Amino acid sequence: MHRIKRFFSALRGDASAVLRDPIQRRKFFKYLLIHLVVVTAALVCIYPLLRIFSVSLRPGDKLFSTDLSLIPDNATFVAYASLLKDTMFLRWLWNSLLITLATSFIGVSLASTAAYAFSRFKFPGKKAGLILLLSSQMIPAGMLILPLFLMIMKLKLMNTYLGMIIAYSVSSLPFSIWILKGYYDTIPRSLEEAALVDGTSQVGAFWRIILPLSTPALSIAFLFNFTTAWNEYLVARVVLFSSKQYTWTLGLFELQGQYITQWGMFAAGSMLVTIPVLAVFLYSSKWLISGLTLGSVKG
Amino acid sequence: MATVQFSGIVKKFGDNVVLNGVDVEIKDHEFVVIVGPSGCGKTTLLRMLAGLEEISGGEIRIDGLRVNELHPSKREIAMVFQDYALYPHMTVEENMSFALRLRKTPKAEIDARVDEAASILQLKSFLRRMPKQLSGGQRQRVAIGRAIVRKPKVFLFDEPLSNLDAKLREEMRVEIAKLYQRLNATILYVTHDQVEAMTLAGRIVIMNKGIVQQVGSPIEVYRKPANLFVAGFIGSPTMNFMHGTLRLEGEHLRFASGDIKLTIPPYLLHDPRKHDGREVTVGVRPDDVLVGRTAEGCSDKVDGVLEVCELLGHRENLYIKVGEQRLLATVEAFFDRSPGSAVTVCFNYKNMHVFDKATEARISE
Repeated sequence: MHRIKRFFSALRGDASAVLRDPIQRRKFFKYLLIHLVVVTAALVCIYPLLRIFSVSLRPGDKLFSTDLSLIPDNATFVAYASLLKDTMFLRWLWNSLLITLATSFIGVSLASTAAYAFSRFKFPGKKAGLILLLSSQMIPAGMLILPLFLMIMKLKLMNTYLGMIIAYSVSSLPFSIWILKGYYDTIPRSLEEAALVDGTSQVGAFWRIILPLSTPALSIAFLFNFTTAWNEYLVARVVLFSSKQYTWTLGLFELQGQYITQWGMFAAGSMLVTIPVLAVFLYSSKWLISGLTLGSVKG
Repeated sequence: MATVQFSGIVKKFGDNVVLNGVDVEIKDHEFVVIVGPSGCGKTTLLRMLAGLEEISGGEIRIDGLRVNELHPSKREIAMVFQDYALYPHMTVEENMSFALRLRKTPKAEIDARVDEAASILQLKSFLRRMPKQLSGGQRQRVAIGRAIVRKPKVFLFDEPLSNLDAKLREEMRVEIAKLYQRLNATILYVTHDQVEAMTLAGRIVIMNKGIVQQVGSPIEVYRKPANLFVAGFIGSPTMNFMHGTLRLEGEHLRFASGDIKLTIPPYLLHDPRKHDGREVTVGVRPDDVLVGRTAEGCSDKVDGVLEVCELLGHRENLYIKVGEQRLLATVEAFFDRSPGSAVTVCFNYKNMHVFDKATEARISE
């Protein structure tokens, strides 16, 4: 962005000078093109969200209007109010939040330790294990529904939070392990060795040195776990059957009746569920900083 | 402080034997430098002492206590790594106090020790900085500081200066020498740089291919190298080697190597008869190759041709060809001959070394 700013400030000064110089001109058009593509992509992404926002504000009689304005005439929060008052939406949101947070913490904890073993230790089946983890990611989610269903039923965890948490946290493990292993591999071993000589145990070295240095990868794994579990529908549909236990994905579909679908509430719900994800993204962005290991060893 | 004993140390990586029966004893308060070319096993030996590498055979004792199975954290050693290995998420102060905090040392004592180390290493104004805000030399000081505050039994240095530029390396070398005088600690220092070895060591351990070649004071290994490897490794520029045969002529042994024919005096090789017909390598350091002059204790003269002169400032390297043999002589600047001119050369007998060609062991006095 600063590059384009530079060009614009140059433009203000002496635009023709920038455009006359062939190298500057090529650069200018290059960044212009890049920004056009990025802005278009952002618009395409944000458009549906804006439409839903607009629908959620419409009064009941104008749901199917073809009006394109962002804030409709007679805009109202009635849909939000009745969603919160007349349905178990808050309960569903709470269920989702509980399951998602537990999943993310358990998933990241398991992945961070497993990835450490894969990154630092030699053991039989290490390579095969890594490939197996990777290949499990190639299986479409739908195929896993039946075995997951059977497993959770055998464990007598149907319609429970724990059943959901187990199903979710294991399904994102392979991805998290790969991400974290790749990151650990870039952390020089001598840091742990220095810690060992300084008096930590192997676990201590992991806890005090490796984990604090891995926050960017840990937050990516956490975000991945969080968004996958938050938006999941298929497994929830199979495991949960009482509406008290529903996650918001199931709950919103509850609003879809056989004869009538409450689109206003549907849209309001969709808007509300983006808030936690947005908050998590904004919060974790501060951990997504590069160059944490800078200065530790001679580069 | 403590003593360290390596007895019959063997290290294998699969079928590859990296260390083969290393026996070295390090006395209390001694500064021992292990030196050798890349891959000679010197760093592996150090890491085994630190507990970072498993021991395939033999025994390591620190202060008489067998440490083979002891976890690194229990060995009471401190190590300065080649790549510094500073904890990047901690400030200089936190880096230096890390080990003490782990041991739950009282805060006041931690502060005092960090402060003392920081003032020794001139790091006081950097204590709040992060490692990435420091220069290479400062980082190395922090790494040394981290070791000092521990007051360990043994200090281990793993090529600590190899990542610094030439000038800084020289400065840090002096710093480490001063530090040793001040701490009077037991130090084991690994390097591939023989200048570091010669200048810092109380004793040098020279290793090659996993075997200890010689252990001795710097002057011992320089003056009386135990074998061809040590002779070639220690000293810069490298020693001249002439391969030839000894023949008994009358009462005297004569060495012949191409156009070079020398009488070997009896104080160099006792019992001349024993050596008749022996294939040997004669070694002479460039400083002991005298060009265009003679001195007391000088060998027979040899005629050669000056090929190249390299002026180094106060000294000059002369590359001389005698028949097929190339010799390097270091003389005082300025040597007033142009390349291509004929020169006469003789060798200083006092510093001549004779090695058996087959065993490569030293046979001269």
